[in-house]
Amino acid sequence: MKGKKEERHQEALDELRDIAERFYQQLENGDIPNMAIPTRSKSNIELDRREGVWKLGDSKTKRSAKKLKSARMLLRTLYMLELIQDMIEGDKSSTLREMYYISEGWDKAEFSKQNESDSLAEDMELATGCLREDFKLRPEEDGARLIGNITVEEVNRKGEIRKINCRDDVGDSGYTVPYNVESDKVNFKDVDVDFMIAIETGGMFDRLVENGFDEEANALLVHLKGQPARATRRVIKRLSEEEGIPVVVFTDADPWSFRIFASVAYGAINTAYLSDYLATPTAEYIGITASDIMTYDLPTDKLSKNDRKALEQELDDPRFDTDFWKEEIETMLDINKKAEQQALAKYGLDYVTDTYLPEKLGQMGLM
Amino acid sequence: MASIAEELAEKQQEISVGEFFERNKHILGFDSLTKALVTAVKEGVDNSLDACEEAEILPEIKVGIQEINDREYKITVEDNGPGIVKRKVPEVFGKLLYGSRFHEISQSRGQQGIGVSAVVMYGQLTTGKATLVWSKVKEKDYAHKMKITMDTKKNEPEVLDDDVVLWEGKEHGMKFETTIKGLMRRGKHSVFEYLKNTAIVNPHARIEFDRDGEKIIFKRATDQLPEKTKAVQPHLKGIELGTLAKMAKDTDRRTLKSFLKHEFSRISYSKAGDICEEAEMDEKTKPKNLEVEDCKKILKAAKKVKLMAPKTDCLSPIKGMLIKKGLKNVLKGQHPEYYAPPSTRDPEVYSGNPFQVEVGLVYGGDLPKEGPVKVLRFANRVPLLYKKSGCAVSTAIKNIDWRIYGLDQRGGRGMPSGPAVILVHVASTRVPFTSEAKDSIADIPEVIDEVEKGLRECARNLRTHLNKEKRRKKVKKKFTVVNDILPMIAKKSAEIVGKEIPELSKSMTKIMGVVYVDRRCEWDNGRCKIDIDITNYTPKNKKMNLFFEKPYPETELLSSNVDPDHQGDHLEWTLETLKPSERRRISLEFDGGLEEDDLDGTDVYIEGVTETKLIGAETLPDDWGIEMAEIKEE
Repeated sequence: MKGKKEERHQEALDELRDIAERFYQQLENGDIPNMAIPTRSKSNIELDRREGVWKLGDSKTKRSAKKLKSARMLLRTLYMLELIQDMIEGDKSSTLREMYYISEGWDKAEFSKQNESDSLAEDMELATGCLREDFKLRPEEDGARLIGNITVEEVNRKGEIRKINCRDDVGDSGYTVPYNVESDKVNFKDVDVDFMIAIETGGMFDRLVENGFDEEANALLVHLKGQPARATRRVIKRLSEEEGIPVVVFTDADPWSFRIFASVAYGAINTAYLSDYLATPTAEYIGITASDIMTYDLPTDKLSKNDRKALEQELDDPRFDTDFWKEEIETMLDINKKAEQQALAKYGLDYVTDTYLPEKLGQMGLM
Repeated sequence: MASIAEELAEKQQEISVGEFFERNKHILGFDSLTKALVTAVKEGVDNSLDACEEAEILPEIKVGIQEINDREYKITVEDNGPGIVKRKVPEVFGKLLYGSRFHEISQSRGQQGIGVSAVVMYGQLTTGKATLVWSKVKEKDYAHKMKITMDTKKNEPEVLDDDVVLWEGKEHGMKFETTIKGLMRRGKHSVFEYLKNTAIVNPHARIEFDRDGEKIIFKRATDQLPEKTKAVQPHLKGIELGTLAKMAKDTDRRTLKSFLKHEFSRISYSKAGDICEEAEMDEKTKPKNLEVEDCKKILKAAKKVKLMAPKTDCLSPIKGMLIKKGLKNVLKGQHPEYYAPPSTRDPEVYSGNPFQVEVGLVYGGDLPKEGPVKVLRFANRVPLLYKKSGCAVSTAIKNIDWRIYGLDQRGGRGMPSGPAVILVHVASTRVPFTSEAKDSIADIPEVIDEVEKGLRECARNLRTHLNKEKRRKKVKKKFTVVNDILPMIAKKSAEIVGKEIPELSKSMTKIMGVVYVDRRCEWDNGRCKIDIDITNYTPKNKKMNLFFEKPYPETELLSSNVDPDHQGDHLEWTLETLKPSERRRISLEFDGGLEEDDLDGTDVYIEGVTETKLIGAETLPDDWGIEMAEIKEE
C-alpha cells in the first residue's frame, strides 16, 4: 500500500484490469458475470488482537448480473474503473462528487445517488487492495484542523516543500489537513507536544484555542468535524505511530459521539478493511462520559427514540464489547440523558480548560 | 313460468287480464317506471335472441328508446330473426301467455318473462297507444305491418290496421314499436346495463342501442352460435303440483301409467307401475280424472321411488372461450389486466331440475380499485339486475375467503372488494328464482355449492396470475439485464481488455431461463401492425406452436411475414425450433377498423412451453381444442 506513487498507480491499473478481465472471462465461458466482495456489516468485523483494531471478517457478498440491481453495479464497476484508468493515465484526479456527476454520461450505468458511487469506490478499494487515493479519487471535505507546536512539511501543488509550524505559522483556525496525508505529501518535523486531543465540535476546538490550551497543556488540538474524514484519522494514526504521541478523544455525550470515538480508535465498520491504516487503537476516550453528566451535574437533553435505538445497537456492536463501554452505554440508557461538550460552560468559559480537562487528563497521567 | 300461467288461467275466469295485470305489476316487472323500461326492452330482446337461435341466425338487434313526452317513451326493438307468419302476429303481441309450452321445458330466455304481449298491454294501459309490428319472413317479398291492441277483458288481440309494406334491405326479421310510461335512468338498473350484460353472455349477437339519438354498438365477438337448447320432458321430481294437474287435464293418454311413462323423462313402464303402487292408485286411472289430491299422492310417491336423475344434455352453456370473448368485448375499454379462464361446471341436478353453472372473473387494469367487486348475474343468458343481495350467487361469493386469492375482504367475509368483475351464469330448464319477479336465484344448497366451486376455480387462477405477474415483473427486470445491461458489460469489458465482444447467448439464457413473448402494436388508420417476438431464453431448443386470437371474426389479416397454418377465429403457426437465445418475429397486419382497445388483454397463446417457463403469453387453454374441432366440422 505504501510504495512509490507511480508504483501504486501501476498496481491500481493492473488490479482494475483484472476485474474487467474476470468479467470478460465469465461472459466468454457463458457464465453470469459476478464478483464477490467482503461484506461490510457489523456482523462481519473481527478484532485483530495483534493490532488492536477491528477488521473485516471473511464473509463475502456475491454480486451477480442475475439481478438487475447487481448487474447495474457490475456495469458501473466497469465504467468507474475505466474512468480511473483514464485519470491515472492522464494524471488527473476527481472528487467523489465529481465522479458522481461524471456518471451522468454513463447511460444505464448512471448513479442515482452519490452514496452509491461513494460506496462503489469503497468496494473497488476492497476488491483491489488499493486506496482511493491510488484511484485518483478524493473526498469533498478537507481533513481536520490542527493547532499545536508541531512542524509540518507539505509538498504544495507546485511541488515545492513548505514548512509550517502549526502554532506559530497559522491563524486561529489552525493548519488544515489536506486529503492526502501520505509521506509523499505530508511529513512531520520538530514535534514538541505531550499529547493530542481530538475534539468533536468546532465550538469546543475554538474554546480551547481561545483559552490557549495548546500552550498551557503542551497539547496538539485536532478538530474532528463530526465523524472524522479519512485524512483526519490517518493523520492521528501517523502522529501516534511515528511520533509516539498519546491520543485522547473529547466529544459530546451521546451515542453518535461514541461512534466517532470508535471509528478513531477501533476502525469504522464501512472502512474496516482500512483499519490497519486508519485506526489508532491506543486512543482513549476522555469524555464527556455518561458518568460525567452526573459527576459534573451538566445540563442535559432527553434521549430521543433514535438515540436509544443507537445505544441498543451499540450494545450489540463488538467494538463496544468492553466493561467500560457497556457501563457507559447502560448508564446513559438508565439516566436517559445526553449532554453536549459546551454544557461545561454552565460553570464559566474557562471551566473546561481550568477544571474539567486537567482533572480528566490528570486521571490519565497526561497532565 | 308455469305457476303464473296457472294463476292467470284460473283468475282469468273471474277477472279481466287487465285487472290482473294492474294487481300484479310487481311480479311482471313493471313495478317502477325505471324497471318498466328495462322490462319492455328485455321482453323484446329476449324474444329476438331466442327466435334467432332457434332459426340459427346470428342475431342483429336494434333497440331504440326515445323520450316523446315527460315520462313517456317510444321503444323499438328490431331483429333479423325468422320473422313471424302473419296469422301468428296478433297472438304473439296481443294475447298474454300465448305460445308458452307447458309440457315441454327447455333452457330458454322466454321462461323468465311474461312475454312481449305484456309490454303491449302495459303500453296500452299507461299511454293508450297501440303497438306497431313489422314482420317479414324469408319466403315473402313483402312485410306485414300491423297495429295491435289487446282486449284486456277477453285476453284477445285486436288488429287495428293491417298493411302490406316493403321492408327495404330486410330479408327477414321482426320489429315492434310501442309507447309506454317509464323513466330513463343511468346506472346499474338501466337499459344500457341490461344490454351491456346481455352482450357479454351473447357474444354472437350484435346489439345496437339508440338512446335518444346517442348510438352505442356492442359488436359481435364470435360467429359461433350457441348450441341449440333441446326441449325435454319434465322430471317428476322437479314438477309443481299445478303443472302436473294441468298436464293430466291436457294429455291424450288414457291411463295413468302410460301418462307417466310418456310425458315425463326417465320413467319406464315398470317405474310408472312402481309409482302407481306407491301412490296406491290404479294404473288404469284416466289422467283426466285426476283430482288435485291424486296429483299430490303421485308427487309424494315419486319422491319414494328411485328415479334416474334427469338428463342434462338439454342445457347449453356459454363455455369458456366465449365467456371470455364476451367479457372482453364489453370490458376492453377498462383494459383489464387478466381474464381468468372461465369455469364451466358439469351439469348438476336440484329437485329434479338439471342446471349448470358458469363463472368468469376479470381483474385489474382500469377497473375501480376501491369498492366492492362488480357482480354480473345471469340466468339462461339473461342478465339479472335486481335484488342482488338475496341471490344465491351473492351467498356463494360471501362464503369464500377471497383474501387468499388476492382480493380484499374485510375479515374474510362478505363481498370482496378490489378491481374485479365476477360473472356467474346459471343455466337450467327451471332456474330456481326466489320469486315470480325472477330477479334473483334462490339459495338452493346444490346451486350455491356449484357456484362456489366455479368461483374457487376462477379465484385459484387469479391467484396464479397474480403470482405470475409478480414473477413477470421480476423477469422483466431480468429482461433489462440481458437486453441492456449485459451487452453493455460485454462491450465495456471487451474495450478495457482490448478483445472482441464475447458471445452472450449462454449467459443470457442462464440469467433468464424462460421463453419470452413480446407483443407490440402500431396503429395506422384502423390498420394494425402487430409484431410478436418470441425469444427462447432457455438453455434448450424449443419447439412451439403460436396462437393469436383475432379480436373479431371479421377482422381481416392483410399480411403476415410467416403464413399461418390455420386461419379462423384465431391464427395458428407451427414455429420452427428455436435455439437458445434465438428470437423469431411474427409480423401481422390487420384491417377492420380496429381500435387500440380491441387488442387488450392476453390473446397470444403458446403450446409447447410449460407455464412456469413462459412469460408474456398464455399457455393454450384446455378448451381451445374443443372450439377448434367445432370450427373444422363446419
